[in-house]
Amino acid sequence: MADRSSYGERADIAYHETFLLHGRLRWMKVAIILNVAAIATFWWANAPAGFRLQHSGGTPLGYTLGTIGALIMVWLTMIGIRKRAMTSGHWSLKAWVSAHVYLGLSLIVLVTLHTGFNFGWNIHTLAYALMWAVIVSGIVGVFGYVYLPVRLSDVRGDMTKRQMLEIIRSLDGRISDAAQPLDRSQAAAVQLSLDKTILVGGLFQRLTGLYFGCGNRRAIRRLRRMRRKASDAQGAVLDRIAGMLARKQEMLKKVRRYVRVRTYLEAWLYVHVPMTFALLAALTAHIVSVFFFL
Amino acid sequence: MVGGAFRVTDKVQIAILGSGPAGLSAAAHAAKLGISHVLLEKTDHVSDTIFRYQRGKYIMATPNQLVLRSDCPFVASKREALLSTWNDLIKSLKINVRLRAEASKISGSKGDFVVSLANGETVLAEHLILAIGTQSNPNLLRCPGANLPHVQYQLDDPGAYIDERIFVIGAGDAGIENALGLVEDPGQNNFVTMVNRSEDFARAKEANVRVLMQANEAGRIAILVNASPTLIEPGWITVETSEGSQRFQCDRVIARLGSLPPRKFVESIGVRFTNDSPTAYPQLSSSFETSVPGLYVIGALAGYPLIKHCSNQGYDAVEYIHGNLTLKPADEPILERKFSALPGRRTVAEWLDYFRSNVEILNGLSPLQMREFMIDCEVHAYRAGATIFKRNAIGSSLFGLAGGSVLVETDPKKPSVTVGIGEGSIFGEVGLISGRRRGSTVRAATDCIVVEVERMSALKLMATVPEARNTINRINIERQILQIFGSGLSANDIAEVLTDAQLKEVKAGEAVIREGEEGRDIYVVRYGSMIVEKEIAGKRVFLSYIPAGSYFGEMALVDGGKRIATVSAAIKSEIVRLNGDAFLRLLGRNDRLRLRLEAEMASRRKVNRFIEQQKKKFGGVVDMYSAVAEFLVAQGIGEATDVLLIDELLCIGCDNCERACADIHDGLSRLDREAGKTYAHLHVPTSCRHCEHPYCMTDCPPNAIHRGEDGEVNIDEKCIGCGNCLRYCPYGVIRMDSVPPEKPSLLMWLLFGSGPGPGEPDKKWRMKHAREGVDAPKVAVKCDMCAGKNGGPACVRACPTGAALRVSPESFLSVALLERGRE
Repeated sequence: MADRSSYGERADIAYHETFLLHGRLRWMKVAIILNVAAIATFWWANAPAGFRLQHSGGTPLGYTLGTIGALIMVWLTMIGIRKRAMTSGHWSLKAWVSAHVYLGLSLIVLVTLHTGFNFGWNIHTLAYALMWAVIVSGIVGVFGYVYLPVRLSDVRGDMTKRQMLEIIRSLDGRISDAAQPLDRSQAAAVQLSLDKTILVGGLFQRLTGLYFGCGNRRAIRRLRRMRRKASDAQGAVLDRIAGMLARKQEMLKKVRRYVRVRTYLEAWLYVHVPMTFALLAALTAHIVSVFFFL
Repeated sequence: MVGGAFRVTDKVQIAILGSGPAGLSAAAHAAKLGISHVLLEKTDHVSDTIFRYQRGKYIMATPNQLVLRSDCPFVASKREALLSTWNDLIKSLKINVRLRAEASKISGSKGDFVVSLANGETVLAEHLILAIGTQSNPNLLRCPGANLPHVQYQLDDPGAYIDERIFVIGAGDAGIENALGLVEDPGQNNFVTMVNRSEDFARAKEANVRVLMQANEAGRIAILVNASPTLIEPGWITVETSEGSQRFQCDRVIARLGSLPPRKFVESIGVRFTNDSPTAYPQLSSSFETSVPGLYVIGALAGYPLIKHCSNQGYDAVEYIHGNLTLKPADEPILERKFSALPGRRTVAEWLDYFRSNVEILNGLSPLQMREFMIDCEVHAYRAGATIFKRNAIGSSLFGLAGGSVLVETDPKKPSVTVGIGEGSIFGEVGLISGRRRGSTVRAATDCIVVEVERMSALKLMATVPEARNTINRINIERQILQIFGSGLSANDIAEVLTDAQLKEVKAGEAVIREGEEGRDIYVVRYGSMIVEKEIAGKRVFLSYIPAGSYFGEMALVDGGKRIATVSAAIKSEIVRLNGDAFLRLLGRNDRLRLRLEAEMASRRKVNRFIEQQKKKFGGVVDMYSAVAEFLVAQGIGEATDVLLIDELLCIGCDNCERACADIHDGLSRLDREAGKTYAHLHVPTSCRHCEHPYCMTDCPPNAIHRGEDGEVNIDEKCIGCGNCLRYCPYGVIRMDSVPPEKPSLLMWLLFGSGPGPGEPDKKWRMKHAREGVDAPKVAVKCDMCAGKNGGPACVRACPTGAALRVSPESFLSVALLERGRE
């Protein structure tokens, strides 16, 4: 029979760590040690010569830094597989993310030293620039991961996205039922909400939160104008519909805000990932060209 | 009539009543042996219970280890396939079946039984086999129009009705389940009205009522209470309610008014039952013979609801009647294997008798019950000194000591301090009652032979044999108290305290003691858990959580004065109240106990003081802490043993937890991250809490739900897909689904985009890639805590930010929560 020791991993609610603090900053420490060691060696190797840094990448130190940097880059890419491959074993994606962040940041120092501050309009500097693009987008992502979750939580409350959409759908049904007694122009106004509502829109709308021309808005405005001219009996129907349209607008706001935060949380990846592949391609070209043409 | 010619005057050797799996198997064997027989079935088709199953229902062949010994073939298959196999069998074996032959009276004795049929005919038989099951005759509606064609007393396929206004009469489980089935798919667009004769739904399972109320709130089912139908016309129904008579449009009436239990009928023949409990079975010999010689009872009526058992018993009963008295039951090899590990060469029958007579709680079982009971039990022989189980191990089985004696280590620090338990007694019952880990290590004092009773069998035993229940409760309370207070107490020391100990059930939220109240009694939590709260500066503040197996109320007793805090039940719990004065006298006699109690009180006071100080300094933080604790208890964390929480200060909503769960479990996720309640950014997703007393285990026909080695509540492959667990689970964490087809590998997806990618494949992909001709039955699926998988729960491992955590209530319903409030 099993003892308590064979129990799965338990976290204490108060003391669980985020990916940034994982293992008491284990990977931050590793990254710092790596960087300090690289800077010290670089200093030791170049100080006697007065820092004449021609073809720094070609020196033994340069090769070493380059090899470490390239290996780290390849390993960093592996997170894409790690997070999708549910193999057994005592690994934690959080630990991987932690290492990914800190080792990724350490490349700024390692690779910059590897360049020996030689830049030009060539494949080598292109790879270096792409690396910066990946790192900067990654930093944006880290900020997002730190500051956005609380907003995501606040926006949705106890509601799931599916529930929000379900409420909008059922409001649509009720709006359609309620609109039966209306005349043609009034019905056309209500129809705007049913047909022309932009639910969450495309990338631009998601990022900006601007939903010009959304059918529901237009329907609300039009009904408001029509209300003034309507008879008492019609007025009562229009008021009821206006109430439902307003509720639909509230729910639209909620689901859009939710989708917007989700989009922010993912948008950086649309830079980070393609840039990573571009970097890997440039890196390969860089390595090949160094060995064949120098 | 099917098969051979039949004349009323003919006397058959065997008349079989009921053509279900048991009766049919008996008839098949009689036909095979060439014994004159008749199979009487009251409806116009054989095997009515299975006939009435939902169309296309997949029928499982459990228990797996039991071999089928019958001329009536049976493998797991769909309802239609099974029924057609059996109909073919009736023709090929020339079984003498009489349909629409309902027995109304049975008289006579062995060799001369007279079965009077409802249609006035009689059947004469030498022997009778009663295989009428427990379903019996449905009660009928008694208002005008009750015989119209749109009035029905059963519902075969809830999916078969579309766009109908349906009235379901009768608010028992059957009625509620039918009503829910009819509205389950909104696409069917049915509108169901439930007609309940009384105010509440007292007859139905809590779980069913809860779902019904939800459906009512959602506007899918209307409910009429204090109502009964007075007139049924084509297209209309008139219902009398407390507000007068109302006439409704109605396309269909489904009446589920219960049925007359067959016990009365069976008793009228002279058959004796084991006791007066409504769950009692007829008294049977080991050859299924009742107290009326020549009359045999098999199948569900004998207490065996599974098809395989029924089929075997049909065969066996005919063999016995045929004179084969040495026939061993079909489960004989299973028991033989079981007992083969024990020392001393006894036959199966001798072993059964040995355990039955030696273990006190088994004394009340009949030989047949004993046989059935032992199939689900394990037997062990231990050498002197061997450890039987360790303190803190997971286990909810009960041990009966048939031979030898064991020692219980009462003090975890000193293994040498032990209490002995002698032959005939039980141990391990603390885990059974409280649902918690083992409280102490037990080892064999001498060589011993024990029977290990699995939780469900133990609970069944307690429910059906009152003597067993009383004995277990008595021993349990005594042991639990000895264990909680420790300090070298012996049963003699606490005898006085126990004399007027009271067992009390407390509802969730009910206060046991109130702050400021007078009171000297001390309480022990038997199962469930309590929360301690105190009023500070006009607000209720959560102080601590008391799990089962702890005590409370000692402060007012020892210090004198009033209760200093309110203790109320977090969930439905059972407590033992001990007389304060008797306990004080015990403290006076036992210094160690007094010191121990004082030490515990000091640490409890320290926690209380700390929280009170914090409250003065950081009022808001403590209020938040109390509120979070209350929220978690309301979410059922009070009865959880291990639960997944999402810290929404960290969760990025990537749903990698869900995908990981699906990928590690055959492609079905057992968790819905986004659903569930959130408070102060702490989210309780829809995922199993692994309750101390799992609701899902309440009524699992094949007994497929178990608590595993790591404390996980797990559903094994015996699941027949009945959906009971899903209905019982108050947290909605169980789903019914079939295993999706296998996906192409991750690499294929990454490189070529083949397959649906990580996570649960969508319905479309599953439909498209389902393997043809392979039935994928829907079974219950829930979190198994990734038991047996190296690395632990996948949801936690796959969380990129550390938002997903698995916790147990003792560890986090504590001051540690205060730290969170301060963040």
